Amino acid sequence: MNKTVNPNELTSDDDYGPLYAAHKKVYPQSTSGTFRRIKWGLMAFCLGVYYFLPFVRWNRGLGAPSQAVLIDLPNSRFYFFFIELWPQEVYYFTGLLIVAAVALFLMNSVGGRIWCGYLCPQTVWTDLFYAVERFVEGDRRERMKKDKSSGLTPRRVFEIALKHSIWLMIAWWTGGAWVLYFSDAPTLVKELLTFQAPMVAYIWIGILTATTYVLAGYMREQVCTYMCPWPRIQAALTDEWALNVTYRYDRGEKRTSVKKAAELRALGEHVGDCVDCYQCVAVCPTGIDIRNGPQLECIQCGLCIDACDNVMTKIGRPTRLIGYDNDINIQRRQEGKAPIYRIVRPRTIVYSAIIAAVGGIMLYTLAMRSLLDVNVLHDRNPVAVKLSDGSIRNAYTVRLLNKSGYDRVIAIDADGPVNATIHVVGVDSVTPDRPMIVIPRDATSELRLLVTAPAESNPEKSIPVRFHVTDIGLGEAASTTDNFVSP
Amino acid sequence: MTDHHSDIDSVSGKSTTGHQWDGIKELNTPLPRWWVISFYLTIIWSIGYWIVYPAWPLISSHTTGLLGYSTRASLAVELANLETLRGEKMAALAAAPLADIEKDPALLALARAKGRTVFGDNCAPCHGSGGAGAKGFPNLNDDDWLWGGTLEQIMQTIQFGARSGHAKTHEGQMLAFGKDGVLKPDEIVTVANYVRSLSGLPTRNGYDAAKGEKIFTENCVACHGDGGKGNQEMGAPNLTDKIWLYGSDEATLIETISQGRAGVMPAWEGRLDPATIKAMAVYVHSLGGGK
Repeated sequence: MNKTVNPNELTSDDDYGPLYAAHKKVYPQSTSGTFRRIKWGLMAFCLGVYYFLPFVRWNRGLGAPSQAVLIDLPNSRFYFFFIELWPQEVYYFTGLLIVAAVALFLMNSVGGRIWCGYLCPQTVWTDLFYAVERFVEGDRRERMKKDKSSGLTPRRVFEIALKHSIWLMIAWWTGGAWVLYFSDAPTLVKELLTFQAPMVAYIWIGILTATTYVLAGYMREQVCTYMCPWPRIQAALTDEWALNVTYRYDRGEKRTSVKKAAELRALGEHVGDCVDCYQCVAVCPTGIDIRNGPQLECIQCGLCIDACDNVMTKIGRPTRLIGYDNDINIQRRQEGKAPIYRIVRPRTIVYSAIIAAVGGIMLYTLAMRSLLDVNVLHDRNPVAVKLSDGSIRNAYTVRLLNKSGYDRVIAIDADGPVNATIHVVGVDSVTPDRPMIVIPRDATSELRLLVTAPAESNPEKSIPVRFHVTDIGLGEAASTTDNFVSP
Repeated sequence: MTDHHSDIDSVSGKSTTGHQWDGIKELNTPLPRWWVISFYLTIIWSIGYWIVYPAWPLISSHTTGLLGYSTRASLAVELANLETLRGEKMAALAAAPLADIEKDPALLALARAKGRTVFGDNCAPCHGSGGAGAKGFPNLNDDDWLWGGTLEQIMQTIQFGARSGHAKTHEGQMLAFGKDGVLKPDEIVTVANYVRSLSGLPTRNGYDAAKGEKIFTENCVACHGDGGKGNQEMGAPNLTDKIWLYGSDEATLIETISQGRAGVMPAWEGRLDPATIKAMAVYVHSLGGGK
């Protein structure tokens, strides 16, 4: 946090204040309530998916990986349940990233930094590490007291060792789960435990153990405040209708203790509901005071709402002195009008439409995706060859893609010059005018294909030729067009 | 910037750096300490690079660094690894009978890939990339072969060349009938027109076909064979087809008959290893014209 400098500390005209600010450690207090429960639930869900997804199996037939989610780098394949993507289909990830980005914008225009407060890995793991810290060392006050006292009792040494051991175990498991997405999980676990896994697996586990331990154990809110670009982008993307975690100062000010408030109210004076108990500050994982208004550091986790609600309930005042709200409504209430909430507005409609459109296109192309494909490249030099009998031959490089899980027998036909014959180099087919090729499952096959047209059949310089490939077993077909050129 | 007077900004309550432009003051927003420390650590870390990696230029060389790392050396290692990787496959290619290579898709793909690269390095200057040929340099994609178009014949031509000086090279050349005084100019014109008529090309007015045939039979049939069908033993082209190495117009034919032709193809045996020559034979054969 940037500390405000006391003017008395400036001793001369050359003193511009400190060059850097010392890290002020945050000791968030535990709390309970609606938002804490949501956060626990989402944490369990996110971590559960992350840690256990690699172990989910998916039957793709003999010889194919049986892992539901697998990034197979050596073979350039990505498996996601029933989907198998090839490198040339990487545009699906572009679509996914567009949907993810716009979903982030949509969340932001509906409920502020929902991502930051509930779903971001930095938040989730930091929350988990805080829970461990609280479990071992106690709550806010105890931790502050223990950090302040310099005495290292055996018990204190045990606590510190235990905390870091648990942290490191979680961090190690985090790194371990990461590498399982890149190789068959049960096999790799076995190899890791018997020290037979490839070096690169251990290196990645080491790197991710270190980053998890440092980012969730030490850097914490510093990552959000100084390292993450999203708070800056978010501030630029928000609008006046977006709901953010807000201190309703119209109701809270002026802050007065419970006892004094009772006295003043008895005299008919106006006092606010905020009793200045600092519970909202105590529970804040980024160490700010929400009552200072919207701040860059605020990740909007809602824990201050829970803390304040608990206090309000205890002293018998209405809850949600802090809640999801915006300045428009604060002003409306100050003017005596009823608050209005506009979740549906042009911005959210456009964001939803973009998500629906991109998602729809992706689903459509995925559903319509052909498992048999053909690409043709015309020879560049020579583009055409005259044969001794005067006929013209063009050569093509044909690439057949069999994305299915079984071998195929493919027949190739060319539809172009009249009376043209086709031949595939290296293939002596039983049907000479209709070459038959076997393409293995999940593979590509490159062929040299020759199309020869009698001299008299092709008066034009260049005519289109269409190549059809047909799976003679299943009838699936694909085709592509190129040109037949005369010299 | 008028003065360096640091004060407290009334709106934010923060201190200023004392810098101001047109009354706009710069707030002092200190960096977090860990950030500053990390920054200095990266500077210290970079010094390590100077020590372990090549860094400073000297008069005639450079500091090599403790690791002795060099990009050239690591490239050499990678290339050597690649050779080892290819070694097995190239050995399989070298061992396979020539006729069987095209039947094995994996071997065919390897031979074509290797052949294409080596062709580009060694053959393309004359035959053109893709073997399209040029005047005097045969197109290797068509079905007309001076020395034969079977795999064995193509490989033999690559190995020993044509008129290359190699002991086993193809010999035989087109004689200079005009220059050497064998035929008179008007006879050359006549026989040139006769040769054009063999492949159905038009002849000049008043040309004597019978005389042409007589000259052809007396002088040309020995090499080009009866009816000009050619002879691959001697590299004598087929004169009845549509493919002409130097050109089929009358002027070019007259030049060919008068001056003779003797294009040279170098022998590649000894310059390229046997497996590579084999790969190239398969590649050329697979261009489309192979018999």
